[in-house]
Amino acid sequence: MNTRTVEIAVGLFVAIGIAALFMLAMKVSNLSTLGNSGGYRITATFENIGGLKVRSPVTVSGVRVGRVDKIDYDLHTFQAVVTMKIEDQYKGFPEDTSASIFTAGLLGEQYVALEPGGSMTSLKDGGRIQLTQSALVMEQIIGQFLYSMAADKKADKQPDASGPEAGQSDGKLPDIP
Amino acid sequence: MTGLLQRLGHAALGYFRRLGRGNLFLLQTLASLPGMLLRPVLVIRQMWSVGVLTIVIIVVSGLFVGMVMGLQGYNTLVDFGAEESLGVLVALSLVRELGPVVAALLFAGRAGSALTAEIGLMKATEQLSGMEMMAVDPVQRVIAPRFLAAFLSMPLLAAIFSAVGVFGGYLVGVGLLGVDDGAFWSQMQDKVDFYDDVMNGVIKSIVFGFVVGWIALYEGYDAVPTAEGVSQATTRTVVHSALVVLGLDFVLTALMFGG
Repeated sequence: MNTRTVEIAVGLFVAIGIAALFMLAMKVSNLSTLGNSGGYRITATFENIGGLKVRSPVTVSGVRVGRVDKIDYDLHTFQAVVTMKIEDQYKGFPEDTSASIFTAGLLGEQYVALEPGGSMTSLKDGGRIQLTQSALVMEQIIGQFLYSMAADKKADKQPDASGPEAGQSDGKLPDIP
Repeated sequence: MTGLLQRLGHAALGYFRRLGRGNLFLLQTLASLPGMLLRPVLVIRQMWSVGVLTIVIIVVSGLFVGMVMGLQGYNTLVDFGAEESLGVLVALSLVRELGPVVAALLFAGRAGSALTAEIGLMKATEQLSGMEMMAVDPVQRVIAPRFLAAFLSMPLLAAIFSAVGVFGGYLVGVGLLGVDDGAFWSQMQDKVDFYDDVMNGVIKSIVFGFVVGWIALYEGYDAVPTAEGVSQATTRTVVHSALVVLGLDFVLTALMFGG
């Protein structure tokens, strides 16, 4: 095997290896979207962010416009502070835009959904969203649901108990859990 | 009783002696690496036999591993209606684990065993002693270029393995099973992080290249200079490399992703 062929083959090998690495970086991983570090940051405070994570998507009408950049906890207001990075091309959301944390699908990841308001002044870099809606936590929802069911039952029952047929309704009581 | 104890002690001392010689050998090799900058031709010639000749098995295995993962992953994911996540599954498992590990195992079997046999045979036919007689340092002339070639080839081979594997998963997932093309790539890009996943995979493959190269060359250099000794050394190379790669992979994974 002469030296020239060997060198060409090794050169080709190194080139293919680097190309593979480049493909992994650009096509497989998020480097291409991470690369454009441009964009502006806005913050929003939430009572509860649920399972929101850094790099979770930020969407408007379902279109992804940015990502969650940082999640902090403010010890003065006792609220979570979420910093979002919005891409430069989506500039000019109104100042009274509201932010909610939703879940994609039943078991999917959580994301921040923005909903533009009607204000004429727009959010600047470092601006803060005032209107926020926290993530829904399953246990809280179930708890509230049970509580309101119990309250409904009670409300149904009370007129019966004070009515003339109190004895009859007492007989039905064991059916109600 | 004393005979048993003596045998145990003999085995333990022999083990530590080998370990110590192995470390001295590594230090000697590392010390002679800077000299390689003056003679890159030696390294290039070794990269041919260590790297280029391994590409075929790497590409073929990568393609089939990716395709099998595409098929198996689809069958599980479709139950949850999450078949769009197939790209994430294939890419993450390849980039984080299978790429570096399987490439290192194949590398040990294809290139490591060849290195051991070559060096062992050089020793058995007294070529290494002949070099010393001519005041040529065999570590500098024979070992160092091979070590550097293994060290440089391994990350490239692992990257090729992962890239081809992702392509294989794409072929099966999108081409055969009808997963949506855009969702396949966009979900993958969403979930695979360049620094956390891709770079950690590259770091793993660099570590594996270092270790496999060290084991293969040392086993050859330390082989009993007979036909039987060389064959045993070759076997040891493959077995030890595989064990060390799998063990180190657990440690590295625990360090990188465990926290």
